[in-house]
Amino acid sequence: MNPFSYTRADGVDTALEEKTEGTNYIGGGTNLIDLMKESVMHSQLLIDVNHLPFHTIEETESGGVRLGAMMTNAETAYHPLIEERYPLLAKAILSGASPQLRNMATNGGNLMQRTRCYYFYDTATPCNKREPGSGCSAINGYNRIHAILGTSFECIATHPSDMCVALAALDATVHVSGKGGDRSIAFTDFHRLPEMNPEKDNTLQPDELITEIELPSQGFSDHFTYIKIRDRQSYAFALVSVAAALDLEGDTVTDVRVALGGVAHKPWRDRGAESLLKGRKATPENFEQLAETILANAQGYGHNTFKIELAKRAIIRALSEALVNDHHA
Amino acid sequence: MSLVIETETRPGVSSASPITLKINGTEKRISLAPWTTLLDALREHLDMTGTKKGCDHGQCGACTVLVNGKRINSCLTLAVMQEGNDIQTIEGLSKGDELHPLQEAFIEHDAFQCGYCTPGQICSAVGLINEGKAHNPSEIRELMSGNLCRCGAYTNIVDAIEEVMTKEGRNA
Repeated sequence: MNPFSYTRADGVDTALEEKTEGTNYIGGGTNLIDLMKESVMHSQLLIDVNHLPFHTIEETESGGVRLGAMMTNAETAYHPLIEERYPLLAKAILSGASPQLRNMATNGGNLMQRTRCYYFYDTATPCNKREPGSGCSAINGYNRIHAILGTSFECIATHPSDMCVALAALDATVHVSGKGGDRSIAFTDFHRLPEMNPEKDNTLQPDELITEIELPSQGFSDHFTYIKIRDRQSYAFALVSVAAALDLEGDTVTDVRVALGGVAHKPWRDRGAESLLKGRKATPENFEQLAETILANAQGYGHNTFKIELAKRAIIRALSEALVNDHHA
Repeated sequence: MSLVIETETRPGVSSASPITLKINGTEKRISLAPWTTLLDALREHLDMTGTKKGCDHGQCGACTVLVNGKRINSCLTLAVMQEGNDIQTIEGLSKGDELHPLQEAFIEHDAFQCGYCTPGQICSAVGLINEGKAHNPSEIRELMSGNLCRCGAYTNIVDAIEEVMTKEGRNA
């Protein structure tokens, strides 16, 4: 790692004050420290935000739940309120990383983790995300783990999180503090597509700090599932993952959520496609039509072309499982 | 700021500063650069080489230690971030010559071959039992997936952990 200074923030104001160019906030550090060891990221100063007062899970006045950004992924997944009301989120978190990593990784940090694109990690190769303008080694390289939706000529990296796929499905909100004040960002607007600026993973401003993540009251705890398809059964990133949730009246779909992981630069939601299923019967044929619509504009790059068919089948399976899972029956 | 480490030698960059780490119940005062990981602090600065460096990237679990009773990868945390916490390593598990039940069980079940991953496996298993989320061999396997064993002693590792869980009444 490059030599750097360290400071422990004891308040949001002091953390924001220290946040200048070339500095980074550090939560669990599970991704940042690794990236610094690999010389992919460099920092002059690490601002330790673990002691800021965002370590609780609380119900909100509107019936939702607020997650502290500095709580660990494990604390969140095993919290009774999350297990009971947002089991989709618990299941997604527990399908990611290892117990050791989930004990360190924070909720805010999970949103901020970088892609696991091999070329992003390999400083000997061009990468527009690591070094803007240098080129993309993945588009014509080995791209088995790469994106099939929302890609650009600059970058086909994927966002690696499982937790974020569930948060996208649940329509969470990210609360942040910055030097200019506080603001809220809809979860599906938090991460961005690569377009011409793949170096930007998300819409957070450089000084801003994630303080809380808010979940709306609807947790889809009756009909949900998280399916993760990967090269080994545990402790591997998703080739394709699906967070699926249904709300039903009889066998008619009143609400549906489908978010995909492992296929794009951000957790992939297609609200237009989802709306096609609303008011219709929860049948395999309708699920198939939804899957076809979501993947209609998918593009493979060779090694990852299998993901298009895999994603369709995973969506159909996830919705079929969510339909059968009646967790409160 | 409750703590600021700045250097006088190179502007903007810290050199070594004294910190206090509580390891296996004993407070150790050492001088460390901020970029020293907890793993390197243990092995290189405190001569506590029981905790192993495998991949140094959080992928193998050989460096697993317990912080406030929870298992973590010591290679992916800075020593300075662990000030004030209760750190437990493999060296702190036995009571003198009396081995920890998991250490006994690993020997009993021949749960290792080369032994390099074993301190991490045992610390991880202590964390697993503390968490109380595994109730059968399948759940033990899933929740021990952060610890690799290249000799392939997994079957016996699961048996050893299952035996200790059963004895402690943690099984479903």
